[in-house]
Amino acid sequence: MDVKDIINPENFVYGKSKVLTDTVMHYCPGCSHGVVHKLLAEVIEEMDIQDKTIGVSPVGCAVFAYKYIDIDWQQAAHGRAPALATATKRLYPDKYVVAYQGDGDLASIGTAEIIHACNRGENIVVIFINNAIYGMTGGQMAPTTLIDMKTATTPYGRSVELNGHPLKITELIAQLEGTCFVTRQAVHTPAGARRTKRAIRKAFENSAQKKGTSLIEVVSTCNSNWKMSPVQANEWMVENMFPFYPLGDLKDR
Amino acid sequence: MAFKGAIVVDTEKCKGCGVCVANCPTQTIALAKKVNSKGYPYCYMEFPDKCTGCSNCAVVCPDSVITVYRVKI
Amino acid sequence: MAEKLLKKGNEAIALAAIRYGADGYFGYPITPQSEVMETLMEEMPWETTGMVVLQAESETSSINMLYGGACCGKKVMTSSSSPGISLMCEGISYMAGAELPCLVVNVIRGGPGLGTIQPGQSDYFQAVKGGGHGDYKVIVLAPASVQEMYDFVGLSFDLAFKYRTPVMILSDGAIGQMMEKVELREPVRRLTDEEIAEKYGHWATVGKQPHRKGNIISSLSLEAWEMEAINLRLQEKYKKIKENEVRYETLLCEDAEYLLVAFGSSARICENTVELAREKGIKLGLLRPITLFPFPEKPIQDLLPQLKGVMSVELNAGQMVEDVKLAVNGKVPVEFYGRMGGSIFSPQEVFTAFSEKFNL
Repeated sequence: MDVKDIINPENFVYGKSKVLTDTVMHYCPGCSHGVVHKLLAEVIEEMDIQDKTIGVSPVGCAVFAYKYIDIDWQQAAHGRAPALATATKRLYPDKYVVAYQGDGDLASIGTAEIIHACNRGENIVVIFINNAIYGMTGGQMAPTTLIDMKTATTPYGRSVELNGHPLKITELIAQLEGTCFVTRQAVHTPAGARRTKRAIRKAFENSAQKKGTSLIEVVSTCNSNWKMSPVQANEWMVENMFPFYPLGDLKDR
Repeated sequence: MAFKGAIVVDTEKCKGCGVCVANCPTQTIALAKKVNSKGYPYCYMEFPDKCTGCSNCAVVCPDSVITVYRVKI
Repeated sequence: MAEKLLKKGNEAIALAAIRYGADGYFGYPITPQSEVMETLMEEMPWETTGMVVLQAESETSSINMLYGGACCGKKVMTSSSSPGISLMCEGISYMAGAELPCLVVNVIRGGPGLGTIQPGQSDYFQAVKGGGHGDYKVIVLAPASVQEMYDFVGLSFDLAFKYRTPVMILSDGAIGQMMEKVELREPVRRLTDEEIAEKYGHWATVGKQPHRKGNIISSLSLEAWEMEAINLRLQEKYKKIKENEVRYETLLCEDAEYLLVAFGSSARICENTVELAREKGIKLGLLRPITLFPFPEKPIQDLLPQLKGVMSVELNAGQMVEDVKLAVNGKVPVEFYGRMGGSIFSPQEVFTAFSEKFNL
């Protein structure tokens, strides 16, 4: 059968979600953000909740998430997305509220906001992109930067003596009574992306059932600031990030 | 049951990251020698006959530039 | 007959919030304003009007909860005192930039730093000159009684939504803590979600409707020309506010040769100073700015032809006096008298200072 004959609407199996806009994403080639955005859009489309979902975008690379996912968005101050999401969900208990945050946003400047929102058990979805570095500002150390990892502010590698330990904030959050679902995923492979999508879907369903806070950490790459090609970055992530940030559900109830 | 597939790439929006190439189980996809107007080499089916329409390339594509079609044969 | 109660200023704020149809209060305890949230929690408005009341983990979080709530087109408010307001300034700047309505009540305590829990007016600059970063203003209302604490909650929400801007009630520990008679106004019903979608759905994040693009609330703009255009629009808005929203009160200004300018609790003390002066045959009047931004420049300028001198009286080191001087523009001498750090002056003390400064 010829390619021309296969490319036919009736043979369509997979394409861009209708909840994604046509705007070209500003992310670097191969950035995990694009994959996670897509999965989030697909869940919103499949659950048919585009008119009921309010997104909160962070400060960091994903600040412009509002340009790419076609829902109503609030752009939060650095680290404060869970506070915005808290009020939004409390004021509109029947809508879906998703806070999208990076590691600097969630695990450094916004530590108080995420811990307390999760501890109160706000019925929100939190997507946490952990690529162990500050992307937007040009590759500085993040709270999740691995020991010995070189960044713009740890040019000789992160040292425990100078910088302390990488923060496993997801493990911390899983301890909180208010959370119902805490999981760590990655989107570098089709299987990983599909698992992440299922996790996002479960988080939205938990929110509808008012079970508490769901948090999905996505261990991600920042190939530009890691100074690698996208494919190399994925390999580096598997070799170095996964041993310290192991994938899987930390809590599901 | 066997499948045959094909992909359509929005070559102008492709950033040539190559993640699809690495994730294609049948080595169908490659990056083109040519570049788009942004200067990115875009992905394409180098060996169209090998494509099974599994969608793996599209699922991992950060820029959602791949559309997948599939038929049973 | 309207219901009259004996209430603290802080309690009046809480009762007013419920009766003016507020949708949400988010706050953090700090002296001398903690009664606001305590009263709300006692009243349990979520059982009656459906109003949300939440104790946040910090003032930073409170103001960002307001940001989220305001994005939704809801009537949201917080209250705090000076150090807490400093923490909120980042969020207030964001809300001014994103053009969001909200009410922030500052029951000032003496500063700087942790300062003291006694009243002060040392946050005047912070309130009227911005406080946070960027070229922005918030409307600032200065109540001088418990009744005004109550009434200004409704006025604040009206102004906040009319101009889509944060509004601040700049009170102090004296007004917040003192008890006075307060007359409760006719309650205003909270808007339903449908009414909010109808009224504010063209900008608020109420869920994307099929006929429109997604609403995006942001204060970010990476294009310089675009950022300048936003700033020019904001300045245009502040100009309109200056033209339309100046509020003030005068006491014995018709024949006044000298003028005291004072706001909030200082103005109450100055009322007695005016009396003392009149008893001694000195034609002293008082102008009490109710809006500190917009500042009542023109009302002061209109009095200048008859005036020999003006004195700004404040519980700080001299802040509003700068705006008085800008209004007077060198046409008559402008003096200042103030006390700081939680100390309060007596009417006689103000009169003595006034007499000395103008050699009367």
